[in-house]
Amino acid sequence: MAVLNPLVAQEPPLVQSKRPAGVILGALALGRTRIGLALVVLIAGIAIFGPLLAPHGPADFIGLPNQLPSGAARFGTDHLGQDVWSRFLDGGRTILILATASTLLGLTLGTAIGLLAAYSRGPLDDVLMRGMDVILAFPQILLTLVAISTLGPSGWLMVLAVGLTNMPRVARITRGAAQPIVERDFVAAAEAIGVPRWRILFGEVLPNVLSPLMVESSLRLTYSIGVIAAIAFLGFTTNPNGADWGLMIQENFIALVVQPWGVVLPMAAVAMLTMGTGMIGDGIARAAAGIDRSRSGE
Amino acid sequence: MMSAAPAIVVDRLRVVVRNTTRDIVDDVSFEIVPGEVLGLVGESGSGKTTVGLALLGHTRRGVQIGGGSVRMGDVDVIQLSAPELEHMRGRLISYVPQDPAAALNPALRIGTQLREILDAHNYGKSGDERNQRVAEMMREVALPDEASFLKRYPHELSGGQQQRVGLAIAFACRPRVIVLDEPTTGLDVTTQAHVLGTVRELATAHGVAALYVSHDLAVVGTLANRVAVMYAGRVVELGPTADLFRAASHPYTQRLIAAIPHLTGGRELIGIGGRAPSPGRRPSGCMFAPRCAFAQERCTVALPELRPIAVGHVVRCVRAEDVRSQVLARSLDGAREGGRAAQEPILSLTAVSAGYRKRMVVHDVTLQVAPRECLALVGESGSGKTTLARSVAGLHSDRVGQITLNGVQLAQSARDRPREQRRMIQYVFQNPYGSLNPRRTIGHIIRQPLELFGKASGAETDRKVGEMLDRVSLSASYADRYPEQLSGGERQRVAIARALVCEPSVLVCDEVTSALDVSVQAAIVELLASLQRDLGLAMLFVTHNLPLVRSIAQRVAVMNQGRIIELGDVDQVLGAPKDPYTNRLLSDTPSLEVALETAQSS
Repeated sequence: MAVLNPLVAQEPPLVQSKRPAGVILGALALGRTRIGLALVVLIAGIAIFGPLLAPHGPADFIGLPNQLPSGAARFGTDHLGQDVWSRFLDGGRTILILATASTLLGLTLGTAIGLLAAYSRGPLDDVLMRGMDVILAFPQILLTLVAISTLGPSGWLMVLAVGLTNMPRVARITRGAAQPIVERDFVAAAEAIGVPRWRILFGEVLPNVLSPLMVESSLRLTYSIGVIAAIAFLGFTTNPNGADWGLMIQENFIALVVQPWGVVLPMAAVAMLTMGTGMIGDGIARAAAGIDRSRSGE
Repeated sequence: MMSAAPAIVVDRLRVVVRNTTRDIVDDVSFEIVPGEVLGLVGESGSGKTTVGLALLGHTRRGVQIGGGSVRMGDVDVIQLSAPELEHMRGRLISYVPQDPAAALNPALRIGTQLREILDAHNYGKSGDERNQRVAEMMREVALPDEASFLKRYPHELSGGQQQRVGLAIAFACRPRVIVLDEPTTGLDVTTQAHVLGTVRELATAHGVAALYVSHDLAVVGTLANRVAVMYAGRVVELGPTADLFRAASHPYTQRLIAAIPHLTGGRELIGIGGRAPSPGRRPSGCMFAPRCAFAQERCTVALPELRPIAVGHVVRCVRAEDVRSQVLARSLDGAREGGRAAQEPILSLTAVSAGYRKRMVVHDVTLQVAPRECLALVGESGSGKTTLARSVAGLHSDRVGQITLNGVQLAQSARDRPREQRRMIQYVFQNPYGSLNPRRTIGHIIRQPLELFGKASGAETDRKVGEMLDRVSLSASYADRYPEQLSGGERQRVAIARALVCEPSVLVCDEVTSALDVSVQAAIVELLASLQRDLGLAMLFVTHNLPLVRSIAQRVAVMNQGRIIELGDVDQVLGAPKDPYTNRLLSDTPSLEVALETAQSS
């Protein structure tokens, strides 16, 4: 009886994908997005304004190593006798800036390559996407490590390395989303009157793939934070005199049982930040796909 | 024939949006006797498919049956439980969906699918009897019954054959009632004619009561014994086919008929202004009143009841007598006057062949279009007409042969053409749902060619956009809206505005009305014809709809398998076709006039 099932309704597909503004508003109506946003704002606030509030300099020795919290040091001291609280407040900036910059770099390059590949079809599409596959074949952290261990740790190199490894993932998503769009007649209409290629790509196609890109960007930010924290944990830091959350975890984890705060504070911050960006991404994805319809009366 | 007890009786059927009082369909009543075909006609959103599905006790997601009854003998379908419904569907009442390709399981052989329905309902006594029944069904729908054909998969069949398999499945258990939901919409006229013939034969031969849901009045006219016209979820008129078409007594029916292009005599199409009200925003009183020329104050007070106006003919209009007596004025002005080929042609195609790599779909086409002239390019799907049109616009670059504009050769691809040539040839796409960028406002969409061709700047651009919107009968306030806020007809108007805003000389229209309802199609054709006249455009009008040609074109080219097989004045080609293919196309095209003649003689 499954053959000509009358239950398969002949509904016209309602693929009215939402405008980005609508998606953002829809995402903000979801609890998970709000919690995610609160977490990100909190951690970003600490990272940005922390250095102004720090009672001590990040490299100042204020007491004996691995001291538990006391009046002088709110969260005790680290393995060298520096103030954990001050280093924590000071150590978020690097990770935040590097992660954001590498995400932006990956997004920009990946979007451009994905759009171009989808639009050009043919050999250029193949060349571009196989190139992306080659980069994808290496684990993100491995590629970054190779780059900075050969050229030495510096901010721009980290951004470049993490950004470039973000690129193929963004390119894939963009190409996938753009492929059905470039076949639509409004693209042909623009071609017929001779709208320049780049304007077709960024003016006609890009606005139609923004929803998946927003989801992807939050995902890439989450991963970038993780990678950059991990790199720092492995001891590669751009500023040996300053503090860094990833580095702090590495420095203090030997003394975890004696003085946990040096590990717990930065770890909690990194965890909350990635959870926050992840939840925002999840919220956007749900709003874009129309999963949680809060005021659905029908 | 009408004296038999009805096979199905629908009484005050009401379908609402789930958990609300917003009705999709209300107060729908009709009955169908065995052997009769009732045509259920309406435009998109009128609720006709909802009624069709409700006959099987089914509703679409988010919708529920809110009242009334659907009786087959002593059983009320609506009261049945899910297992009872399952038992009934396919055996007592069956359904033929619109798209056979989507309805057949692509992974199963058609023989298996035919057996499945018989097995599900324990048809006959033995497996042999079922196999015999399968073979018998194949013969009844005029398909080969040999084993090799039954072993085919759906994708190995043509669209027409697929729909025949759909019919065979629907008729397999000899149901008493069958619901056909626009089963021929995607088919070519010739295939459609054959499928319709099969439906007709099967229904009469086996005494099946059929509900034929369609938006196509001409098709329904050729097929149905009686017709019910739906508007905004209500039946507004129901009567014997001939009487209903000849003496339409509801203003909506009358306007709908006036919107259908005629095959035999060219005439201006008259569209219906405004839009049908959507569920939840329907006015009190008569739903059609806001768009009705006959409307009076009393029309807006209460919804008129269905009342008899002639034998077996009911209508939901307080002024039905007035409407019935007044035949809507028709301007039978023959072929439209326009430019003639005597002038130097503006667009000229010489030995044009086009295709995809090695596979050519257009062969050696030569034709000319003069300024102020509309040339219709007619053919069935796959005839290469769209490929040819796209070649002209530079959207299909895999072609050879010459295309010249004002004597100057055009490059294959629009990108390689000078700006001025790109401006002079404009293209309107088939599907207005795909040709407008959903992320751009209407104003931006129309402004783009203006800015690109440097036709206007600053405040002048806005003025021109406003003017253009006005020309296509949209208000200037549309500039701030997004395409998704517009109806199909309005979107196509925007697409036309975008094409005309940079003052082209040649307009290529590719099936511009095929995605639209008849009343909207009429309005769009009306608009295009008047714009062509006023602006002196040369137009290449691609269509598969032969009757439409009469209403817009002066000359017509008939395409078959990539070749132009007949080219000449509309009256000459459609009136006295020389080529047998054109002749067949004409005779297979369902036409109201022919339908009425046959209805009268029988």
